[in-house]
Amino acid sequence: MNLNEIIVKSLTQSTLQVFSTMLGVEIQCGEASVKAGMPEANEGVISFIGLAGSWAGTGSVSCTPLLACRICAQMLMCEANAVNEEVLDTVAELTNMIIGSVKTELEQHLGPLGLSIPTVVYGRNFKTKSAGNAEWIVMHFRWDDEALIVKLCLEPKEQAAHVMFHTSSTDSCTLEV
Amino acid sequence: MESNVLVVDDSAAIRKILQRVLRQTGMAIHTIHEAGDGQEAMGVLGAQKVDLVLSDINMPKMDGLQLLASIKASPEWRNIPVVMITTEGGETKVSEAVKLGAAGYVRKPFTADQIKEKLAGILEPALPL
Repeated sequence: MNLNEIIVKSLTQSTLQVFSTMLGVEIQCGEASVKAGMPEANEGVISFIGLAGSWAGTGSVSCTPLLACRICAQMLMCEANAVNEEVLDTVAELTNMIIGSVKTELEQHLGPLGLSIPTVVYGRNFKTKSAGNAEWIVMHFRWDDEALIVKLCLEPKEQAAHVMFHTSSTDSCTLEV
Repeated sequence: MESNVLVVDDSAAIRKILQRVLRQTGMAIHTIHEAGDGQEAMGVLGAQKVDLVLSDINMPKMDGLQLLASIKASPEWRNIPVVMITTEGGETKVSEAVKLGAAGYVRKPFTADQIKEKLAGILEPALPL
């Protein structure tokens, strides 16, 4: 099994397990694909978490605002009608658990890896671009009609960048992940 | 005797889930205090009587292993059991936590039963009404 296959298997198992254990729901796993690290237009809620060690990269979870609220309501057993701090915190923690489990699996193959604190972005018409050249492994999941995308890019440290640039139509900033 | 528990995690979502899970364990719990990082936890420990600490590892300011080391280095707090609840499942972090004196270790994602099982030997069960 090559590294990409290990990552796909690990992302799948980890995502299904987190939803099953923490939310008590079984979500559907869709297709896996590999995408070049080009700037990508985004809308909704997207969470990033950095991995560092002899290999480095970024994990990401993204979904619509509606699904983010549904995840929050199910996980915390509360009402969530709008994307607020609690919803963003829940998506961040979901990312932490999914990518954290993948990290633990990958450490068996790549050696010790560190995990950053997650960063969550919510908005419309913003672009994200990882400053490395690594390809992203993209996994699609569905909870009923709503899509959840879990992604990971990873490369040997010499080639990895540690800064992700985010831009929107009105301003730009740099987020360390 | 009812115990006071301190939950330390930078995620408010996880603190909320642990509050609920702890209340469902059937253990004799009086108060559940919360802290968002190790530094904040030290403040709570200085101000409140705490019988058990449940702590994440990966946190800003002061992480869970630093908090654990500080608790075990304090003559006043060294007997407080500390259970780590974290995504950090790597052998290095586990060994470090055990070496520092952690009373147990639960990996995220967790079930209520896993928390209950881990706390069974630490907290007393609630008395029947």
